[in-house]
Amino acid sequence: MSNLPIDPAAAAPLGDEQLPVPEVTEGSPSGKAPHRKKFVFVRNAKSITGLTILVVFLVLAVIGPWIAPHDPNETTLDLLAGPSGAHWLGTDHLGRDVFSQLLVGTRAVMIVGLVTGIGATLLAVLVGVTAGFLGGVTDEILSALANIFLVLPALPLIIIIATQIEGINSLDIAIVLALTGWAWGARVLRAQTLSLRGRDFIEAARATGESTGRIVWFETLPNLTAIIASSFVSTVTFAVLSQTTLAFIGVTPLDDWSWGTVLYWAQSNQALSRGAWWWFVPAGLLVAILGMALTLVNFGIDEFVNPRLRLAGMSARQMRRSGIRPRIGFTARVRDLPRTYDHPTPVARAATTSGSTTGSGGPSTPGTSGAATVKETVR
Amino acid sequence: MKFLFRRLFFYALTAWAAVTINFFVPRVMKGDPVQSLINRYQGQIDQDAVHSLYVLFGLDKKQSLWQQYVEYWGQILHGNLGISFTFFPTPVSDVIRTSLPWTVGLVGMATVIAVVLGTLFGTYLGWRRGTWADSFLPVMTFFSSVPYFWLGLLFIAVLAVAFPVFPASNAYTPGLEASFSWPFIQSVVQHAFLPALTIVLSSVAGWILGMRNMMVTVGSEDYVTVAQAKGLPERRVMYGYAARNAVLPQVSSFALSLGFVVSGSLVMELVFSYPGIGTQLLAAIGAKDYPLMQGIFLVITLAVLLANILADVVYVFLDPRTRQEG
Amino acid sequence: MSPAVDTTPASSPRPATARTRAEGTGARPILEIKDLAVDYGYGENRVKALRGVNLTLHEGEVLGLAGESGCGKSTLVYGATRLLPPPGLISAGEVLYHPADGSAPIDLLRQSDADLRAGRWQDIAVVFQGAMNSLNPVHRIGRQLEDAIKAHRPKSTGKEREARSRELLEMVGISAERVRSYPHQLSGGMRQRVMIAMALALEPRVLIMDEPTTALDVVMQRQILEQVQDLRDRLGFAVIFITHDVSLLVEVADRIAIMYAGEIVEEASASDVYRRPRHPYSYGLLHSFPPLHGPRRELQGIPGSPPDLQNLPSGCPFRVRCKHVMPECADVHPELGRTAFDEPRREVACLLHDAGHQVPEELSV
Repeated sequence: MSNLPIDPAAAAPLGDEQLPVPEVTEGSPSGKAPHRKKFVFVRNAKSITGLTILVVFLVLAVIGPWIAPHDPNETTLDLLAGPSGAHWLGTDHLGRDVFSQLLVGTRAVMIVGLVTGIGATLLAVLVGVTAGFLGGVTDEILSALANIFLVLPALPLIIIIATQIEGINSLDIAIVLALTGWAWGARVLRAQTLSLRGRDFIEAARATGESTGRIVWFETLPNLTAIIASSFVSTVTFAVLSQTTLAFIGVTPLDDWSWGTVLYWAQSNQALSRGAWWWFVPAGLLVAILGMALTLVNFGIDEFVNPRLRLAGMSARQMRRSGIRPRIGFTARVRDLPRTYDHPTPVARAATTSGSTTGSGGPSTPGTSGAATVKETVR
Repeated sequence: MKFLFRRLFFYALTAWAAVTINFFVPRVMKGDPVQSLINRYQGQIDQDAVHSLYVLFGLDKKQSLWQQYVEYWGQILHGNLGISFTFFPTPVSDVIRTSLPWTVGLVGMATVIAVVLGTLFGTYLGWRRGTWADSFLPVMTFFSSVPYFWLGLLFIAVLAVAFPVFPASNAYTPGLEASFSWPFIQSVVQHAFLPALTIVLSSVAGWILGMRNMMVTVGSEDYVTVAQAKGLPERRVMYGYAARNAVLPQVSSFALSLGFVVSGSLVMELVFSYPGIGTQLLAAIGAKDYPLMQGIFLVITLAVLLANILADVVYVFLDPRTRQEG
Repeated sequence: MSPAVDTTPASSPRPATARTRAEGTGARPILEIKDLAVDYGYGENRVKALRGVNLTLHEGEVLGLAGESGCGKSTLVYGATRLLPPPGLISAGEVLYHPADGSAPIDLLRQSDADLRAGRWQDIAVVFQGAMNSLNPVHRIGRQLEDAIKAHRPKSTGKEREARSRELLEMVGISAERVRSYPHQLSGGMRQRVMIAMALALEPRVLIMDEPTTALDVVMQRQILEQVQDLRDRLGFAVIFITHDVSLLVEVADRIAIMYAGEIVEEASASDVYRRPRHPYSYGLLHSFPPLHGPRRELQGIPGSPPDLQNLPSGCPFRVRCKHVMPECADVHPELGRTAFDEPRREVACLLHDAGHQVPEELSV
């Protein structure tokens, strides 16, 4: 097992500083606006759910081996037993506790996920930002390189590299995955850098003679934070799936427990035909839950970065309940659309307007208090 | 046409990169796993085959790297991928030739179905955003985060073991003679159903989400509003304007996602003991059959590149801007 | 469910000022926007982009809408035609379209989708801001001209439609051969003309032009405007013309409405607005660009910046930038009404014009 130290605080930046930096758009908003915008991401219900699940997995990765009720390698006489009080998720063909195997295995999955995520994201930022910022031949070469890695089928490539490393461990796997998984992030970052490069504030920084390094560090990177975070999250997803797959096909060492290893044992010992569902269902579910959590975080970031995906200020369920249907080409109307508008502040001009027009607040809208809540009989 | 030439040049570059990676990986890694295997079969392999393995894996230390590289290319171009250790003494190319059609048939068909279904559903979900259609999204997210092979395991557990509706393994009933007869075709379809379902279900979510997001993005383009302002029928706006443009990035992302889909499908084959190239690859891992692994990597890469070229041709048909001369 | 509106003008509880004016000019109203309110966003803190706007377009006239960017000019016309994209939300009002046959007006805001669709482009056509993005990049120009015709004249033959689209292109000064071109093969000016040709395909009675010339150079701008005026003289449609360039409007429009912070603050004939602005904001707007004709005048601009619609000041939204601000401006929201001089056919929303106030000299010319 890898001795890579896992700091529980490593998960915290996800929610605190790294993600919610608003993209600078035209005209810097004054006053409270940036503050309000900053928490749009964290307030997003999807990302909160995703981050909560991630934190749980990270905690399990740290304390899993200590709180596991059994040694995952300890054989007992309860061979292939279903879930019970002693073995919450049953046992395998050697009587080993599946629950403990999964708990202990969380660490390898999270290590590979995080190390790959960090490594691949660093590579992606390096390649993507360089290509986008320098342009020209450098860009052509780096883009081609990224595209090659995107088109090459990753798994067979990982397999031929990983199988030729003797005594491979989790860290090696993470390195191989990082080397093969950086290209998507680099592509996205390049595109974003390219569009940033043309923006006014970068042009201004250039015109005032700021050094390229300074422009990249202080003007460009902060505005790429959301994209970088999103690419990090995607890479972690890729790494978790790939690690599980590699363990499942037996590329990782069998004594290095991970969720895929559990599946490997289940598959190679006919768990299916023996009906031992507790052996393979929970492990896959864990992968799916972790993957879903990561996807949810990314949805949150996506909606944060791309306002077009956001349903302004209201959840889909609220919209359905209020009868508002956002559509292109047929602007939504409030339910029971009132015919007249109530000004919130007192309306006057009574002195000059002729007697019949005593302000619109008067005769036409009896008993209404606000446009949105009007339930008057206009039909 | 300039667009297509650029792309073809890029694919040639990618193919070159794949071959070069194959050349360098065994040379960079320490240890001589191939040498020990050759020693094991000492005397059973004829000299030519031994030489070809030496060339492929860089065991001939007398030559310079450049000479090795040139000779390596010579072998690849002659279709000589070495000898498989698992199926000794069958050449790797023969092993691939027998298993490739199964994979291409299964993965190809399933992927086409998944892309078509996903694009149609995504079009609909994107157009109907903010309605009940949005409640499909969490389900989609779930399916897109599940490993292919695990979904395959579940299907087998439910539809082959608990309720034996479909066969759990193989590509056709063992003992049946491969021919274009009705019973054989029926058997093939029956056996392919669960693996295909696995691929479709686990990859369709990605296509749906991609198309949906593109529909949402394209939906806010002015020309879609213009189409609505013109009073065109809803279907015409949805398909002729929004989906017609949203499908363009979908085609380019098809090219880029294919490698991923194929990777997932390879492992899925193992679960179903499908006699395709994936099962061979995974068997090769267990047997440390490096020539077979490398050969399969090359062939899969070429297949993916070919599919990419097809996608580019489709793209040129769909987007007039790529047809601009000059 | 019948979307058609039963309100006849006579039974309306609110004697819309527009109607009195219409009687004055003799022209019939064709499009009446009444108390239109539009929000952005659906949640609790939605932005109230339009707050009860009234505006009437008469047959055959060119009505100009002017104001700083973000004042709600485009929101007004897109809201009224229900073309405003999400997160736009119509929260109050009526938009009455008077059919050509003189039958009862139709409320566009309460029509069913199918009825609205059937009327679009036939009755009201729109030339959108930025023709660059208004054309579908993957279809030929001809096809895009023809599909509107096909949708509304299902009995027409393909030949007729093609002939019509060729005719339309030539009408705006583009070679008929261009029906075979894709949008990316045309220049910006040509695309803008194509959009105008497309808008006129069904000979609509109302043409809405949203900053139709902003992206073009001055020469092209003039050419296109002359063409539109020429076409209007021939075809007789009414135009709502939106621009932030008031000098342009003075030349093109018959009447001008000045908007500020989602409300109309002044409405009058083009020459009246130009020569005798009655609202401090109109005055400021007119003095922020050099006059085209007549004596030179000092350029001043308007102090402050456009208001944040999310935190509008109480009372008059312009008061924080207004040099004639009075204490009651903070308490009372001014409505559009007569000027202090009781001039016919013009209205202003400013407390200075109320009885008992002295209208500053610059606003009482």
